[in-house]
Amino acid sequence: MRPFPTFSQAPMIAQLTRTERQNAILICLVIAACGFLLAAAGRDDPISIHGALIFVACALMIFRIGKDYYAPEPSDERFAHYYDDPSKAGIVLSMAWVVVGLAFGDWVAWQLVYPDLTFGGGWSSFGRIRPVHTTAVIFGFGGNALIATSLYVLQRTTRARLPDQLSPWFVLMGYNLFCLLAVTGYMLGITQSKEYAEPEWYADLWLVVVWVVYFLIYLRTLARRKEPHIYVANWYFMAFILVVAILHIVNNLAVPVSLGSAKSYSAFSGVQDAMTQWWYGHNAVAFFLTAGFLGMMYYFLPVVAGRPIFSYRLSIISFWGITFFYMWAGSHHLHYTALPQWVQTLGMTFSLMLLVPSWASAGNALLTLNGAWHKVRDDATLRFMMVAAVFYGLSTFEGSFMAIRSVNSLSHYTDWTVGHVHAGALGWVAMITFGSIYAVVPWLWKRTGMYSARMIEAHFWLALAGTVIYVFAMWNSGIIQGLMWRTYSDSGTLAYSFVDSLIAMRPYYIARAFGGLLFLIGGCIGAYNIWMTIREPREAEARAGDLPEPRLAAQPGE
Amino acid sequence: MAVEERDNHTGYLTTGHEWNGIKELNTPVPRAVYFFLTIAVAFSIGYWILMPAWPLGVTYTRGLLGIDQRNVVAQSLKEAAADRNVWTAKIQSESYAALLADPKMMAIVREVGRPLFGDNCAACHGRDATGGPGFPNLTTTSFLWGGKPDDIFNTIRVGINSAHKDTHVSQMPAFGRDAMLPRGDVLKAATYVYSLSNPGAKNLDPATVAAGKKIFADNCVACHGDNAKGNPELGAPDLTDRFWIYGGSLDAIDTSVWGGRQGHMPSWEGRLSELDRKILTLYLLDKRTQTP
Repeated sequence: MRPFPTFSQAPMIAQLTRTERQNAILICLVIAACGFLLAAAGRDDPISIHGALIFVACALMIFRIGKDYYAPEPSDERFAHYYDDPSKAGIVLSMAWVVVGLAFGDWVAWQLVYPDLTFGGGWSSFGRIRPVHTTAVIFGFGGNALIATSLYVLQRTTRARLPDQLSPWFVLMGYNLFCLLAVTGYMLGITQSKEYAEPEWYADLWLVVVWVVYFLIYLRTLARRKEPHIYVANWYFMAFILVVAILHIVNNLAVPVSLGSAKSYSAFSGVQDAMTQWWYGHNAVAFFLTAGFLGMMYYFLPVVAGRPIFSYRLSIISFWGITFFYMWAGSHHLHYTALPQWVQTLGMTFSLMLLVPSWASAGNALLTLNGAWHKVRDDATLRFMMVAAVFYGLSTFEGSFMAIRSVNSLSHYTDWTVGHVHAGALGWVAMITFGSIYAVVPWLWKRTGMYSARMIEAHFWLALAGTVIYVFAMWNSGIIQGLMWRTYSDSGTLAYSFVDSLIAMRPYYIARAFGGLLFLIGGCIGAYNIWMTIREPREAEARAGDLPEPRLAAQPGE
Repeated sequence: MAVEERDNHTGYLTTGHEWNGIKELNTPVPRAVYFFLTIAVAFSIGYWILMPAWPLGVTYTRGLLGIDQRNVVAQSLKEAAADRNVWTAKIQSESYAALLADPKMMAIVREVGRPLFGDNCAACHGRDATGGPGFPNLTTTSFLWGGKPDDIFNTIRVGINSAHKDTHVSQMPAFGRDAMLPRGDVLKAATYVYSLSNPGAKNLDPATVAAGKKIFADNCVACHGDNAKGNPELGAPDLTDRFWIYGGSLDAIDTSVWGGRQGHMPSWEGRLSELDRKILTLYLLDKRTQTP
């Protein structure tokens, strides 16, 4: 029997000080009490199920902490190392979410080909499991990977250990509780029907608490940094955390029906609601799916390539360009709607200007690879990151193009949008994450390398083939759909019914679902490879120079 | 503190900072970035001058071109309506008989009617209008509420058991479930009804059919008529032909008599123009002549 994987040499709870263990139990008790109150106040409302879920999750945490409560306290020796246990757990959770999220995604894709694949369940209908897919991949996979890598990168680029050992666990576990409430809620029929902001008020409030603690970890660590300058990756991670907080709070302003009801009513209505939602939606793409992962890229790509960043100055221009222009672009989701035209104009023009800093970022990444292209050829890990930068450039170009009103009149409401999103989500976000995870796993677990380089290679080609098939299928499908919807007969009336366009879509839906299946298989291979890397004890030395500033060890605390 | 180094591969100096092994080159921003940024900003400013763009308190800059998306849509709708007027006027003014006899007009009806039917009617009646369980086949000669052009037009207008004030209203009672007839009588009546459309059926007990006929006469003729030929005034179907909405097997008929039926068709008056409804009527009349 191989040993069951452990996250570090010593058990995780034993890394916490006695005070931290007490505080952890206290926090769990408070949250469990909240869960109990929701369950009691909810009665027959589905919120009571969530209250019970919160209660059980907290109870399990308390048992877990209690099991090792009397373990000896960690020695001061811990200050000589970065605190990576939450990052390790985050990577594992991220891979678990990606397998679930991709599987739901492919299921949804096959439902569009074979509508009976709901198997008659309400919970399994398209409208419920589609947000399960999006939430599991964006927030479950992407979010966990961002938390894990940002904490890793933050410590190393500041040479400061995390300020304490409890708050990162609070963020990670709290965030996953939010994700769990979200996806289970959809299947129970709990949703506020805002795309990418479906979770209801109580889950939203909880995320605010978690997110503020996350931001404070960043500020507290940066305040103690031993590097005079703040590295680019941290600008992006900070922008990601700060702006996502703002977006989340504003878009989710709502009044619950009662404290015992999952249902709430948005503070906005009509076109203001639509505008707020897509200001949120587009900036979620900007600051969650772009800024956060650019932070990831800015650390792992140069380290794995062994090359300096191509241009510091270009980093500055891109960063401020992206953060400034993106904020205005959301209204391009509402072209030709009740939204006043002047708002559409601003959304379109800012989307066009946004292309320049976006391409500057992609260019900065690709030019960083100059002098390391032989590594791109030989190392699938770096190739993942290179292809990610290419897809980043490609999908930002496409996005700006689709934001032009006349182009949008063809592309809007069609599968072209779906293809565009997946060029970004599969090609950019997932690829940069897989590349970064393959780089960081051996470093975190102190292994000589990944369990199997050939599996990384297989994952790379499956992911690339899956993405290309998916995106091409949706481009074809979307453009055909858009053209069919606007084709007039000689008599001057619409030439096709909606069902005609659906029939024309079917072959592309099959191709898309097949592409998604390849991507899912790749993800499963990746998860297996990572699991085996953790299990196989091939101990290696820590990365050279992977230690915090030694002076910190003598004077811990803030 | 910062010590700049020269990168051998590119020849540029680093910024002198290092984070966990990462260095940055101090490469100047490529000219192309400023060039394209200038173009993008210049285009945007030009676009703002020409189009509605910036808010000014309660109003906004209208743009030199004076374009407004609402006017653009209204204008293009007006133009499209004018273009279509060459044939729409004729459909609106001429009689069904004249239109049905005019091959050119019927070609237009087929072209326009197909997507119109596909978007509004096909969800229930099927893309080829042949219906399905619970939804009538519209290519037959058997129409519940009358198959004359005006009848069809009116049914589309008011719907069946719909929210329209003039809606067709009809209900087949649940003779079995509501205990209007004992179980045995329901089956006997159903057997008789089955025999009407299956005169050659061998395995029917003549006594049962005769008993069923008596029950039918006592309970069903008020709506379906003495000869079971139905009554389009009441929406009562002809039970002697081969067309069935809920199925013509003995089992299906038995289920209908036991549990009753009350179909629903929405009213289209509020959703489709009179012209569109007339096109759909013609489209159906045309479909019907195509079916032997």
